[in-house]
Amino acid sequence: MNFDLSDEQKMLGEQARALLADMTPFDRLRTLIDSGAEWDEPLWRALADMGFLGAAIPEEHGGLGLGALDLGVIMEALGSANAAVPFMSSIVLGAEAIRLAGSEAQRAAWLPKLASGEAIATFAYAEGPGPVFATGVALEGGKLNGSKSPVADAGIADIAVVLVGGGGFALVELDQPGVKRTKLDSFDQLRPHYRIDFDGAAAEAMPGVGKLDRLIDQAAVQAAFEAVGGAEACLHMARDYAMERQIFGRPLGGFQAIKHKLADVAVATELARSNAYYGGWAAESSPDDLPAAAAAARLSGIKCLEMAARENLQVHGGIGYTFEANCHFYYRRERMLAVHLGNRGFWADRLLNAQPGSQVKAA
Amino acid sequence: MDFNDSLEEAAFRAEARTWLAAHAPAHELPVGAKMPDTEEADRGRAWMRELYAGGWSGLTFPKALGGRGLSGIEAVIFAEEEGKYHLPKGPFTSIGTGMALPVIAKHGNDEQRARFIEATLKGDITWCQLFSEPAAGSDLAGLRTKAVRADDGSGDWIVNGQKVWSSWAHLTDWGILVVRTDPTVPKHKGLTFFVVDMKTLGIETRPIRQISGASEFNETFLTDVRIPDANRLGAEGEGWACCMTVLMSERLGSGAHRSGIEPLLDFAAATPDGHGGTMLDDRSIRQQFAEALAEEQGERFFQARLRTMVSKGENPGALAGMVKLAYASRYQKTNGLALELRGLAGIAPEAGDTATGNVQYDYIYSTVMRIAGGADEVLRNQIAERVLGMPGEVRMDKDVPFEKLKG
Ligand SMILES: Cc1cc2nc3c(=O)[nH]c(=O)nc-3n(C[C@H](O)[C@H](O)[C@H](O)COP(=O)(O)OP(=O)(O)OC[C@H]3O[C@@H](n4cnc5c(N)ncnc54)[C@H](O)[C@@H]3O)c2cc1C
Repeated sequence: MNFDLSDEQKMLGEQARALLADMTPFDRLRTLIDSGAEWDEPLWRALADMGFLGAAIPEEHGGLGLGALDLGVIMEALGSANAAVPFMSSIVLGAEAIRLAGSEAQRAAWLPKLASGEAIATFAYAEGPGPVFATGVALEGGKLNGSKSPVADAGIADIAVVLVGGGGFALVELDQPGVKRTKLDSFDQLRPHYRIDFDGAAAEAMPGVGKLDRLIDQAAVQAAFEAVGGAEACLHMARDYAMERQIFGRPLGGFQAIKHKLADVAVATELARSNAYYGGWAAESSPDDLPAAAAAARLSGIKCLEMAARENLQVHGGIGYTFEANCHFYYRRERMLAVHLGNRGFWADRLLNAQPGSQVKAA
Repeated sequence: MDFNDSLEEAAFRAEARTWLAAHAPAHELPVGAKMPDTEEADRGRAWMRELYAGGWSGLTFPKALGGRGLSGIEAVIFAEEEGKYHLPKGPFTSIGTGMALPVIAKHGNDEQRARFIEATLKGDITWCQLFSEPAAGSDLAGLRTKAVRADDGSGDWIVNGQKVWSSWAHLTDWGILVVRTDPTVPKHKGLTFFVVDMKTLGIETRPIRQISGASEFNETFLTDVRIPDANRLGAEGEGWACCMTVLMSERLGSGAHRSGIEPLLDFAAATPDGHGGTMLDDRSIRQQFAEALAEEQGERFFQARLRTMVSKGENPGALAGMVKLAYASRYQKTNGLALELRGLAGIAPEAGDTATGNVQYDYIYSTVMRIAGGADEVLRNQIAERVLGMPGEVRMDKDVPFEKLKG
């Protein structure tokens, strides 16, 4: 047993963190929000130049052909910086959906462009409140009809992989007359969401069916890495503030009410990180274990980031409620990450359904 | 990263599995049956003897001292395989090999190592831990049991005082004991560490009735107990360092408690919901169990990361307390939830409903996990201070000579 990242993976994580620390300080996030920006475009270019966008895209399609754990350390760094880039939409979901379910021609057409950052993809699955993965949009005779909402990063995406009736996927270019994109009032200001109405839009069916489970299990593992990165950033932010802030004649961080809270966040974060590692390992090396591993990683990722984002703001007191302090970025991102790809209840069901022994399955 | 065994590890595991399959079943305890302590102790000894004869005792101890000189990872593999059987391990054997031997190996002299290590690995000596006192639990260094040199020039020590919560002290041969030998210095500095023969005149153990109904631990009274200086471990006044070695070994030894959720899922699935389904169809119940299951898996994989650290020669330090902190509360919460699922039948099951009886027992037992071996709050302090680097506790007693302390 060697249950640790390799030296190369640790180095990759450090590179990603260094780049993000350099390019996306918190003031940058404030500027993006104030300017109403959709995303951090220079950061995206830099990620592309470092090869991060193509990390998990196969070499024959212009990527580096690395695995889920390599992608995971990048996701962790992105989560830690609260980066405003469509990495989850375009790489973890869009590109991976095309790799898993696309035709050879679709892969050849889009994967190189996604790897280089020249094109951006998104994955359109929800249709408002109701089932997380909804199939009300219809693809008939190469035409797409219906609506998806909310869809992350749809304002900047060139293509969408759309979950359609029957459970298959359609590939649709978004810049065409049959597609109407309406910006929604997004809780996470750094991750804009849209409603997309398809009115006879030209779309191609993707040949791979039955790939949804695999796609979202893999994405759940990556979401867990993102959550762990965010939770650790919150934990350190809270710890540093508590050490600096003098109160009742001593550092705030010397009080047990604060120490114990942060100790609990630290435990939840390490357990979630351990589940994310296992999920990454299972995605690469033990696909039979992936469904349970992914669901556990997703659940514990939600939990640790929720604890960390809330308690970080709490430890900061009044200043935590200001736009000038940095707690709010994670506080908003946390709610977004808690529900995208399915909320706690959805993943709880998946975890129990993945347990051996049929008696635990839902009736 | 590889969660699987390396080739050498797999070979070692296969060897362990084969040996255990041939020897362990005969020693297994009957499930659910209660037996007298003395019988359980005898069975524990017999299993130790079997292990030693097969070459599976003291895997990490040097060959010269009766062990096998292997690495930590092999000990973990063996423990995993051994854990598949319901064996009489318990404190009879774990205090000895898990706490007494590491401190003897590290702080003892050659004579003490030769005298105690192999004999313990063989099952000839069992151990108890005489640390806690009525006023010294988490604050162990506050202990008052004192030792002074005998005035006959023999160099022997005369011990007086009281210990409490000493597990199995009434059944074991030897104890590891920490006492105060100098009250004129601050409390951590005046302690000295001994091994003591439990049959020495002046040692009296009185059983304490526990909430579980059993009496596994004791009050131990020490009245003019004479301990030869040859039984001192480490230098006079250096007892605290020995205690730290014991507590570290204990923490690393207390691995993730794996059981817990799966039996409870079966329990919920076997409980009718009154609407033609089972309690496991309830969304809220499903969610609570699923979250607990995710935590349990996290504990297990975190433990795997710690083992990897140990196998690379790194010391996990206070990280080792995280798993116990997490699982003890989880275990308590989920067993409490499970009892509730059965409604009134959970608190007063029909005769023969052993499943409910087990859940009741585990709900009671979970309270111990949150106290013994480092209470939750103490572990949180350690994580905050040593993992997160936060300030230490305010201390009123730090530089004050022990005899000047109030209380
Ligand atoms: C089943 C069982 C077996 C045991 N076996 C042995 C044994 O074999 N040998 C032995 O020597 N001992 C043994 N113990 C004792 C055990 O180590 C102590 O119970 C434990 O260290 C706690 O000490 P205490 O009981 O005195 O509680 P206290 O130390 O009085 O703690 C009471 C409460 O206060 C909290 N607390 C303590 N300090 C702080 C702080 N600084 N800040 C905030 N909260 C704090 C604790 O977390 C706890 O919740 C056993 C205990 C049990 C329950």
